[in-house]
Amino acid sequence: MPGRLFLTKLARGLLTVWLIVTLTFVALNLSGDPIEALVGDQAPAEVIAHYREKFGLDRPLWQQYVSYVSGIAQGDFGLSLSDQRPAIELIAAALPRTLRLGLTAFVLGLLLGVGLGIVAALNRNRAIDRFVMSFAVLGFSLPNFFLGILLILLFSLHWRLLPSSGDQTIWHLILPAVTLGTHFAGTFARFTRSAMLEVLSKQYVVAARAKGVPRPRRVLWHALPNAAIPIITIIGLKLGDLVAGSIIVETVFAVPGVGRLLVNAVTSRDFALVQAILIMTSITMVLANLAVDAIYALIDPRMRAARSES
Amino acid sequence: MTERDRKAGTDGGSAALLSVEGLTVGFRTAAGYADILHAVSFAVRPGTTTCVVGESGSGKSVSCQAVLGLLPANGRRTAGRILFEGRDLAAASEAELETIRGRGIGMVFQDPLGSLNPLHTVGTQLRETLRLHTALSEPQRQARALELLRLVGIPEPEQRLASYVHQFSGGMAQRVMIAMALACEPKLLIADEPTTALDVTIQAQILDLLNRLKAEFGMAILFVTHDLGVVAEMADDVVVMRHGRVVEAGPAARLLTAPQAPYTRELLAAMPRLDVAAPVYRKRAAS
Repeated sequence: MPGRLFLTKLARGLLTVWLIVTLTFVALNLSGDPIEALVGDQAPAEVIAHYREKFGLDRPLWQQYVSYVSGIAQGDFGLSLSDQRPAIELIAAALPRTLRLGLTAFVLGLLLGVGLGIVAALNRNRAIDRFVMSFAVLGFSLPNFFLGILLILLFSLHWRLLPSSGDQTIWHLILPAVTLGTHFAGTFARFTRSAMLEVLSKQYVVAARAKGVPRPRRVLWHALPNAAIPIITIIGLKLGDLVAGSIIVETVFAVPGVGRLLVNAVTSRDFALVQAILIMTSITMVLANLAVDAIYALIDPRMRAARSES
Repeated sequence: MTERDRKAGTDGGSAALLSVEGLTVGFRTAAGYADILHAVSFAVRPGTTTCVVGESGSGKSVSCQAVLGLLPANGRRTAGRILFEGRDLAAASEAELETIRGRGIGMVFQDPLGSLNPLHTVGTQLRETLRLHTALSEPQRQARALELLRLVGIPEPEQRLASYVHQFSGGMAQRVMIAMALACEPKLLIADEPTTALDVTIQAQILDLLNRLKAEFGMAILFVTHDLGVVAEMADDVVVMRHGRVVEAGPAARLLTAPQAPYTRELLAAMPRLDVAAPVYRKRAAS
């Protein structure tokens, strides 16, 4: 039954989220006293005691844990220590910017990467292939902060074409999206090339040619869907890099998104906010992996069959 | 090889449907091009079966691939003509070849399960062939696909059209491949070891099917095999190949009973027979 398998995967996902909630709680409690970071170590004892009581940090650790977990289950991620507002509100305010940047970069990287990967595979070992693959290696090995600064130097300072920081207009989106997207394009190009090379040598592609199927249709209709399985696996894995990358890129380009919010929260030891962001991120990752599983089944009838048998 | 045989094999005259003349094919290696077919010539007469036999690496499959311009990327035809219905396929462009592949000449392969795309239904792939080469409407294509599956003896063809290749056995998949190759009623079917990957009983069924369809459609078959039992069952004419050269060619009846070339005699002698006692090898000391 496909439904039962899906429920198993969902339960596994929930377990993952719970583990991350717990690990985050433990790690942050080990990392130092947040109240000290908030009010400074010169503050009088009664001020510290007041804040401890306000954030519930005076209670035993297990009580803090239980109330935290039950709060999250109800969608309550606690108050930001530095801002005194609910953590979820701060995230909600920053999220649209991050989503816009991340999705633009991801779509850009996907289209460019898969397109270039196909071109490279079709021109295997020719000059185009070598050129594309050099670009790919450069793309995924250049660190985001380096490429970002390089682009700012060229396009903002030298040629004065594009703004270097902020997110007021669509023009502000271009440099950070290209920075982040180049990394994905490099990775996708390499995986698409090798997946396509494998599939293009399969007997069914030769058989399609033998019955008169023209090359564009052979490539896009016969080969690409078969090459898509490994590519989709990489997409699922690379979503984690999207989060990591956006932290750096948002900092470089001064985009007030979730990435920058996280960096600030960590520096100010804002317990609740860091926990909230990490948990939201892990939920996103778990959902992305569920989506990848669903897409597998959509593409490949053999996987649908495997599901209905289990 | 006698002069008479050379004529029988290569010079079907104007009557030949397919006539391969002096075909030379090279493959690119680290040390430049290495020829693996050396001036290969043979002919297929309309409505007859020509079997190409030889051991592995003799060039029989490459000869077939070359006919349809299906050589691997590192292969190249360096000389020769391939005349099909008077047209030189060796000089044809890829676009011209695409109109002949699947329409004038159909092809089936050794690995039927690998020859069907695993992500598209069998029906979709059958209709694809019809859409490429005919002006039939979608409902007509569906009806024709159904008819073709019935023709090759697939039970419950309605359900089978919606099935994927992983739901087929090798024999059933080969029937589908034959149906697809015959969709546009080609004049010539190239069958590259179509029964090698199948069980013996399934092999016999596929050979029967091919012989029945050959009579029904009046098509010619170019049949590649290394199995002389299959040759005896199928062939009107036989081409024996070795090391990329044609060793002997001629009518099956003559070639199987009175082979001229020493290599052909060796091939025939290597085939186990029920009516002749197998040679018994004894230890030298015992004899």
